[in-house]
Parts: sequence; C-alpha cells; structure tokens
Amino acid sequence: MYAQMVDTGAKRVRAAEEMDADERAFQERIDRGVKIEPKDFMPEHYRKTLIRQISQHAHSEIVGQLPEGNWVTRAPTLKRKAILLAKIQDEAGHGLYLYSAAETLGISRDQMLADLHSGKAKYSSIFNYPTLSWADIGAIGWLVDGAAIMNQIPLCRCSFGPYARAMTRVCKEESFHQRQGYDIMIALCRGTPEQKAMAQDALNRWWWPVVMMFGPPDEQSVHSAQSAQWKIKLFSNDELRQRFVDQTVPQAEYLGLSIPDQALKWNAQRGHYDFGQPDWNEFFEVIKGNGPCNRDRLATRVKAAADGAWFREALVAHAAKHQAPQAQKAA
Amino acid sequence: MSSEWPLWEVFIRSQHGLAHKHVGSLHAPDAEMAVNNARDVYTRRNEGVSIWVVRSADITASSPGDKAPLFDPARSKVYRHPTFFPMPEEVKNI
Ligand SMILES: [Fe+2]
Ligand SMILES: [Fe+2]
Repeated sequence: MYAQMVDTGAKRVRAAEEMDADERAFQERIDRGVKIEPKDFMPEHYRKTLIRQISQHAHSEIVGQLPEGNWVTRAPTLKRKAILLAKIQDEAGHGLYLYSAAETLGISRDQMLADLHSGKAKYSSIFNYPTLSWADIGAIGWLVDGAAIMNQIPLCRCSFGPYARAMTRVCKEESFHQRQGYDIMIALCRGTPEQKAMAQDALNRWWWPVVMMFGPPDEQSVHSAQSAQWKIKLFSNDELRQRFVDQTVPQAEYLGLSIPDQALKWNAQRGHYDFGQPDWNEFFEVIKGNGPCNRDRLATRVKAAADGAWFREALVAHAAKHQAPQAQKAA
Repeated sequence: MSSEWPLWEVFIRSQHGLAHKHVGSLHAPDAEMAVNNARDVYTRRNEGVSIWVVRSADITASSPGDKAPLFDPARSKVYRHPTFFPMPEEVKNI
C-alpha cells in the first residue's frame, strides 16, 4: 500500500495485564472507538509507528506525481492534459494533508523531507516502475488509485483523529482519479487494435506490481497485529488484496482485456477469485532500492528540493522584511 | 538561513451565511502566501467563498487534562435546555 511494512517496534501484541495504567486506558479508548487526538496521552511506540506510517503515505503521494508527470507534455489531447494536471495537483494536496497530520505528532515537515531525501524513509514500491506509454496513465488511475482507495476508505475510521480526517479529504478526491484512469482505458480499448494492444501491455506490466502494493502475505507480516490492535490498520494485506482482485476482474472483462495470471479463476465455493502469487523477491528488491526507477525518483525529488531552496529562502526573507515595519507601527 | 516556513491553520466559509470552519493547516512564509496556498489546497472544487488563515502559534488551546474542570459543570445544568420543561399538551406555540 502507500505505507508498506510499517515497523511498530513490537515483536508481539501485549496483553492488558502487561500494560501500565495509562496504556491500558489508551487501549480501552481505542477499543471503544474514541479517536486519539494529538495532545492526548499515547504510548511512544504508537506515536513513532504513526509518524512512520503517515510520512510514508505522504511521501508516496508526492513521489507518485513523478510517473504521471512524465506524460503531462505528451497527453494526447488538451482535455486529457488538463485532467492529468488536475489529478497530479490533487496528489500534491494529499501529500500536504498527510504531512500536516504527521506534524501533529511532533515531527517537522522539513525533517520528514530530509528523511525521504536521505533514503531513510520509504515510499510505496509501486512508484518505482516506469510509465512507458500513455496507456500506463490509464492503468495507474484505474489500478493504482483503485488499490489506494481500497486501503484508504477504512483508514477514514482509524484511531488517530488527524490521520482519519486527512483520509476523509483524500477519499473524496480519489474517485475522480480512478475514473479518469478507467476512462483512458475505455477510450484505448474502443480504439484501433494498436491502441487496445497498448492498453493490454500496460495491464500486463502493472498488474503484478499493483498486487504487491498490498504488502507481503499475512503470515509474513510481523507488525500487522499490533497495528490492528491500535486500529491504524483495519484490514489485513490479504483481505484487501482479495477485495481488489474481486473488484477489478469484472472491470478488466468489460474492457476486453485479460489479466496476466494463469491461476486466476472464480471460486464459487469461496465466492471469490483464486489468484496467483506475485514474485515477492521482486517486491523486497524494490523496497530495498533496487527497482527499475528508485534511483531516478529519489534523485528527481532531491534535485527539486535543492533547486527550489533559494526561492523558499527568498520568500522567508521577503516576509521578514515586511514584518519589521509592521511591528514598528504596532509599537 | 533556515527555510522552515511557519504553520498556518486554514478556515473556510463554504457558503454565504455559514461560519468559517477549520479545514486543515499548511506552511507558508507569510499571510498572503498562506491565503494563496489555502486557495490551491482547500478550494479546488468550489469548497469555499472566503478564507481565513491564522498562525498556528497564535492559537491557544485548552488541554485534554482540563476537560473535567472546564466542561463537567455544564452537565448538571440540564435546565438550560428547553426540553427540561414539559409543556401541557393543550398549550400551543411554545
Ligand atoms: Fe492520492
Ligand atoms: Fe490518487
């Protein structure tokens, strides 16, 4: 997902008897469904885990602009270009909502950005894949934003107030992202055989990376139990992955595209699709920094921050200059 | 020089006649830029007709620890609500 394999600092979930009074009261609050707000008591691990999760999520929104930005100047029509720009602008906003939510936990935005630029903080594996054709823009909106929605809707009910509120804002905007992507796919699939082949090629390349977005299988997810108890993760990786596959297969059928998974089959008994496993080695390699675009993505972010530094500083200097006479007038 | 911009809280009036409502926060070097950024971040879909921005540092908030002394006294004063006074069926317009 946009936050993957978030370290909770816990090897196992602690029972109520092992918690001190504050911690127990905190957990009981969460169990009752009461939101935790920034000034409330919270265990240090909860705070740190949330900083990791929310900042990773924010970084994903920001870095996620890059693969799509690749096609702004080459969008097929002015209308598609304006739509893509608006979508990318939304993602910048999502990053901002999330950085603000993380800041309420006592970390500055500059610190979070420094952690991203140094490689200490992660962002979603999915944004380390290249966008080779216009159809990739369709596939990203349809599949990547579709997968993100699946994860973000439950997070609107998560235990931390600022995160839940940021997610509510984000979810209101995501549906546009998914639909504009599917709309691109429809146009290509109703077009020439070459255009339809382009759509199929994009689906072939994006399918498995998207399936991986949900993170490793549940039995390998050591930190999920703690995050579930804290209600900052509401469904397991495998549950969300299943839902995504079930939802997406009919959408691919409508387009007349085939999903590149030999094992994909409707299971009437379960009432779900059975499907194959992605190459988890590839996933762990991408997470480690060895995906097709990791170096390029990070270098682009670092360069943008460095190139804009003089301008950000000039604005501060301008503000300081204009504040001084005002302060004098007030005195 | 540090480029860390101060934090601002953003309030939006969604329609004429309604109060401004807190919608979130953002960083900006000064008030003018804060309004510009708030326009871009919080009103891209006609969410507002007016924007207020306030430096976060200028806000004084009550602390969760003071909840009992601040808000408990109101609990025992149910007579402040009209429903405290049952009115006879026959009496109208009250
Ligand atoms: Fe987003
Ligand atoms: Fe999106």
